Amino acid sequence: MDLSAINPAVLIASLMVAATPILLAALGELVVEKSGVLNLGVEGMMITGAVCGYAVAVSTGSPALGFVGAALGGALMSMVFGILTQYFMSNQVATGLALTLFGLGLSALIGQGYLQLRPPPVGEVNFGPLADIPALGTIFFQHDAMVYLSLALVGAVWAFLKFSRWGLILRAVGESHDAAHALGYKVIHVRLMAIAFGGACAGLGGAYLSLIRVPQWTEGMTAGAGWIALAIVVFASWKPVWILVGAYLFGGITVLQLNLQAAGAMFPLAAIGWILVGLGLIDALVQHFSGKNPSILRIVFDICLVALGIFGTWWVHGTLVPFKIEYLSMSPYLITILVLVIMSSGRGRAALSAPAALGKPFHASS
Amino acid sequence: MHVTKLLAGATVALGLATAAVAADKTKVGFIYVGPIGDLGWSYEHNEGRLAVEEAYGDKVETVYQESVPEGADAERALTQMALQGADIIFTTSFGYMDPTINVAEKFPNVVFEHATGYKRADNVSTYSARFYEGRAVIGHIAGKMTKSNKIGYIASFPIPEVIRGINSAYIHARKANPDVEFSVVWVYTWFDPAKEGDAAKALIDQGIDVIMQHTDSTAPQAVAKDAGGVYTFGQASDMAAYAPMPRISSIIDNWAPYYVTRVGAVMDGTWQSVDTWDGIAPGMVKIGEMSDVIPEDVRAEAMAISDSIASGEYHPFTGPLNKQDGGAWLAEGETADDGTLAGMNFYVEGLTGSVPN
Repeated sequence: MDLSAINPAVLIASLMVAATPILLAALGELVVEKSGVLNLGVEGMMITGAVCGYAVAVSTGSPALGFVGAALGGALMSMVFGILTQYFMSNQVATGLALTLFGLGLSALIGQGYLQLRPPPVGEVNFGPLADIPALGTIFFQHDAMVYLSLALVGAVWAFLKFSRWGLILRAVGESHDAAHALGYKVIHVRLMAIAFGGACAGLGGAYLSLIRVPQWTEGMTAGAGWIALAIVVFASWKPVWILVGAYLFGGITVLQLNLQAAGAMFPLAAIGWILVGLGLIDALVQHFSGKNPSILRIVFDICLVALGIFGTWWVHGTLVPFKIEYLSMSPYLITILVLVIMSSGRGRAALSAPAALGKPFHASS
Repeated sequence: MHVTKLLAGATVALGLATAAVAADKTKVGFIYVGPIGDLGWSYEHNEGRLAVEEAYGDKVETVYQESVPEGADAERALTQMALQGADIIFTTSFGYMDPTINVAEKFPNVVFEHATGYKRADNVSTYSARFYEGRAVIGHIAGKMTKSNKIGYIASFPIPEVIRGINSAYIHARKANPDVEFSVVWVYTWFDPAKEGDAAKALIDQGIDVIMQHTDSTAPQAVAKDAGGVYTFGQASDMAAYAPMPRISSIIDNWAPYYVTRVGAVMDGTWQSVDTWDGIAPGMVKIGEMSDVIPEDVRAEAMAISDSIASGEYHPFTGPLNKQDGGAWLAEGETADDGTLAGMNFYVEGLTGSVPN
């Protein structure tokens, strides 16, 4: 592939930056959904966080305080949702959608006095000589603190849900609120805390946009990032580590296609041949290790795939065509659809990984 | 339950009240593709709306809806606005073309004005500005200012309006500096600050030192400012907050006079379906202040180009020009006709990459 014009280290570094807002927001939403609540207002909380963080950072001159303000703003915003859905039993889907609209409007109002200002710059974390290592230094040791915080948060959420007692309670509430209630756990309190955590994370993600990635305040600047975060939670089938994969995949493809265009890179047709060979071999290996005897048809199919791939590679060897940017832009969405189809068709564990009480209202009397 | 009924009652009462008040006023509606706080495209259209209010005071009432997606949802927003009693509705983005035509059919007594499109009806006018005239001027500046000879262009959608701008900018950058190369990045959005900023970053990573944009937010300006040593141009609005660096000049869309005239025509009953396409001369396209970063002589040259376009002496698309594949387009001295420009779907010779379809 003629990617010589693109520096892979720079590309990976910038994809980490591009993925951080959706990573944070998706991680927060994962915890919310694990507690059995579906909050579709991620976009609204993100944009509120973006404006709160921006306003605080500009007023105080401290980006760190800005992020604290963003987390608080997002959490406060989520409490509107929390109180309506948990105490007043309003419909979660409708309330979440309303929260998005409310957040967009409220943030535009708060942001009135902050248009066209410059936020205080956020520096890189100083790793000393580590940052000078070729490639690795660029990828791992030249970021701002939020990138590392978001990665640490992935680990923390994973450990919390898997190993801690509180994590177990949270999951229990999300799987069966009646059982958790019968055991004496305060279902509503647990859920409110999860919702607040989700709001704070979304707020941090929003502030990452307005303070670091863009960096400026513009009305409606999240432009749909919250919805992508929601999709990533489903894509990840409610697993923290897969949230990381999903967010980096989305962020990565966005940045990759922009870089491919900027560099005027060409696509070698031969790559399609290699993909065919790869698919054939992988399928053969899966068949081999699944322990079943593959059907003759399957074997013939795999052999044909590999043969076609090799022939195709030879046939178009050295031919370069312009990238179809449309397809690259589409690909994260296509992959999500594919994952959803696979998940819903397989009756395996993946299909069952959605919290059983997701989106169901709870009242102690019922 | 009581609360719900009460609220419903209040809403109905409020609706009736507004309808009653609106009856003796001319109601003017605007549909925006982004938020009015984008400080770019939608911001300028909203400035036009404010000018209408200023001009007619109590005799008009304006309503607007922001961030309306292009496509089916626009039809809903338009229908709603027409049902609320709007007399004239401005739909301010290319993607509202078919929704505007569809809704106009259902409301023959409401008149519509669609920006940058080409489909008209008895109650649908179209209007646009000759942005490519402005692109010629800033293209020249870009060609003179670049040191790396690499100019980046953040493009939104592959529609004639955008392709025209790329061609015009390229032709004039090339004239100013025969060594320039253009990198066009298509972002497939009018407004997404994060993506626009990422595109600017990707271009800067490639050693580009002048960035032009055909998207609506100021994000590329913010990214260029952080990077340092990169020049940008305000798009649709002046974006003066980023002057004198990185923003060294701008193309400003000035819709206010047009909106005031058209609303006036509705008020006195002389409105007719027309196709307006104005440029620098009538003031629909303006060149924003050129900052001191640009050398004196380049500023003078740019002004001269702007003046000669305004006087009609010079057309930005004057032959000899070839299409990208080398095929002849315009002969020596020949100028492009509006029909070809309106439907432009090809790059001129010298541009690399291809127009996505």
